[in-house]
Amino acid sequence: MRRTGAQIVWEILRREGVEVVFGFPGGAIMHTYHPRQEYGIHHVLVRHEQCAAHAADGYARASGRVGVALVTSGPGATNLVTGIATAMMDSAPIVCITGQVPTAVIGSDAFQETDITGITLPITKHNYLVTDVNDLAYIIHEAFYIARSGRPGPVLIDLPKDVQQAETDLVVPKEEIELPGYRPVGPGDPDAVRQAAAMINSAQRPVILAGHGVLMSGAMAILQGLAEKTHIPVALTLLGKGGFPESHPLALGLMGMHGEAFVNQAIQEADLLLAFGMRFDDRVTGKLAHYAPGARKIHVDLDAAELNKIVPVDVAILGDLRQVLEQLMPLVEPASHQEWLNRIDQWRAETDARDIANRPQNGRLLPPHVVNDIWEATQGEAILVTDVGQHQMWAAQYYHQDGPHPLITSGGLGTMGFGLPAAIGAQIARPDEEVWAIVGDGGFQMTAQELGTVVQEQLPLRIALFNNSYLGMVRQWQEMFYDRRYEATRLLNPDFVKLVEAYGIQGWRVTKPEDTRQAIAEARSHRGPAFIEFQVAQEGAEGNVYPMVPAGAALHEMIRRPIPAVEA
Amino acid sequence: MVSTLITWVEDKPGVLNRVASLFRRRAFNIESLTVGHTEQRGVSRMTIVVDSARTDVQKVAQNLYKLVNVIRVEDVTDRPAVMRDLALIRVRANGGTRSEVMQLVDTFRARVVDVGLDTLMIEVTGTEEKVEGLVEVLRPFGILEMVRTGRVAMVRGCNGGKPMANEQ
Repeated sequence: MRRTGAQIVWEILRREGVEVVFGFPGGAIMHTYHPRQEYGIHHVLVRHEQCAAHAADGYARASGRVGVALVTSGPGATNLVTGIATAMMDSAPIVCITGQVPTAVIGSDAFQETDITGITLPITKHNYLVTDVNDLAYIIHEAFYIARSGRPGPVLIDLPKDVQQAETDLVVPKEEIELPGYRPVGPGDPDAVRQAAAMINSAQRPVILAGHGVLMSGAMAILQGLAEKTHIPVALTLLGKGGFPESHPLALGLMGMHGEAFVNQAIQEADLLLAFGMRFDDRVTGKLAHYAPGARKIHVDLDAAELNKIVPVDVAILGDLRQVLEQLMPLVEPASHQEWLNRIDQWRAETDARDIANRPQNGRLLPPHVVNDIWEATQGEAILVTDVGQHQMWAAQYYHQDGPHPLITSGGLGTMGFGLPAAIGAQIARPDEEVWAIVGDGGFQMTAQELGTVVQEQLPLRIALFNNSYLGMVRQWQEMFYDRRYEATRLLNPDFVKLVEAYGIQGWRVTKPEDTRQAIAEARSHRGPAFIEFQVAQEGAEGNVYPMVPAGAALHEMIRRPIPAVEA
Repeated sequence: MVSTLITWVEDKPGVLNRVASLFRRRAFNIESLTVGHTEQRGVSRMTIVVDSARTDVQKVAQNLYKLVNVIRVEDVTDRPAVMRDLALIRVRANGGTRSEVMQLVDTFRARVVDVGLDTLMIEVTGTEEKVEGLVEVLRPFGILEMVRTGRVAMVRGCNGGKPMANEQ
């Protein structure tokens, strides 16, 4: 049967199991939009194309499936760029389809023409310009395979208007992929695995560093089994949250720049680091020359280019993490590291004593208390999506996750504006689960127009806005390292509750700690989207994220939480 | 210190751009890059020469493998291999100097491929050292124009490189 390129798009999307597409139409893609209804795929109309990419990303991270964004050429395509770069840095599988001017005028600076395959070359895992409608079905099939296999990532398909219009006999692509050079890895080299096992068996002060790869390879259960058998504590990266239950006795929690001091102390004192599916981001290591100086290091990753990239390791294992841990399991001996864990617990006790969450309310509304209250109300089972900044770190510190959901956050690129659109994607992926977007007043205003999408889609999203009327994280650095000169960080904000009400969303404003729980309870029981603005401390010890490894410092040189003067 | 990588890639539009973009993006230093068809349809072959004092060759190979269209990368630096560079050189050669230039061309086993009124075009093939040597002795006569291909390489013996010879 003859089909147009536009029909082939939807036909193959449906065959790939796509149920929803996030997009924004325009001249060069409307031909593809036209037959959508006949294929039963839901379309979510975002208010800005950047948010189509972020929503597809949030959808992918919440569902484990490939998210899809559909936009027009030129500005539609360039608006995707931040979202694609975000997905690339955090290995999120998305497929972006962009309209393009007709092939006959490509290169002529036609209306709304841009070289989007050239622009996105370094921020996609792969991209395509389709020039023949007969290639289209296979290209879409291959794009989905590349996006989700190996180290996942964004794939872009640029689709000229005449290819959308051209007719051909649809040949359904066969399942197998013809990519002679693309070989996702499987198990690790047995010799390297044996070497790693010997190191684990002789370690006295080992620490596991669990990253995003734990979740992506489905290694949660085997990781827990291995940690328990070998009695090794587990520290998490930001994107590793959800990969190991944080209530587990062996759980240490977040490592790195805003990780707890005792976690970083343990890493610095360790004699063996087991880096599982993480990539030694500079936010995790601090100053490299002083990173875990006494530790031998084992690194397991599925991307060969990550091995020995930042931190030279003693054993590098290229492989799928779950399969490598399954190889390791029978080779490691049951062990007890009680002495080591006792030492860590002593450091932990000191951390706990400083923790603001362990101190009584002092009448001021403090973000750690608010996150803690959301955590208690949701019993740690909500899907948490954050924006980028101080609130992101508080959410990571105080929303303890036992899995299996990831913390959906822009880790690598640190994209302000990610939170709301990614939460939309997550809520659509998980319609029956409670999704909370934790955002700051700065990042929220970068993509706040998506409140319209929330309402149009009738999403029961919960949004918690931490309003300190500053670009808080930058202000914190200015307070600490730039003479308290708050250059360009003060925000004159709108009345956020009125703003959301204009969209038809119920809003609460909380200024006092005693009102927090009530507002959270009301927002949770409200039908439809709910928004709470928390007006929180603006600066000083209560307005800053602690602890903190200053830029260029070693992990153990943290700025600790200040011990407060006794309140009168 | 240079290293030579033979890279087999799918012969698809934009692949050279992807490779070049990768070198720029990762700040790899590249001495030369040649590309052309191979004995196998659909497969192109690149010879990439990298300044290994400033660029980690292992990292180059690992990052090349991240490109979906890269089939295989082989570091032939320490293998017995034939490495060749081709140059075309237009040199000033008038009545007085022409025979002297042609003697040098013979000595280097190069060839005169075009003759002008006051010029000769010379083709030379060989290692970079040999080409450099000819360039140096021709320089006093006046080199008017020069083009070089950059290095191509092939491993000696019967177990040469094949795009799918082994799995990475």
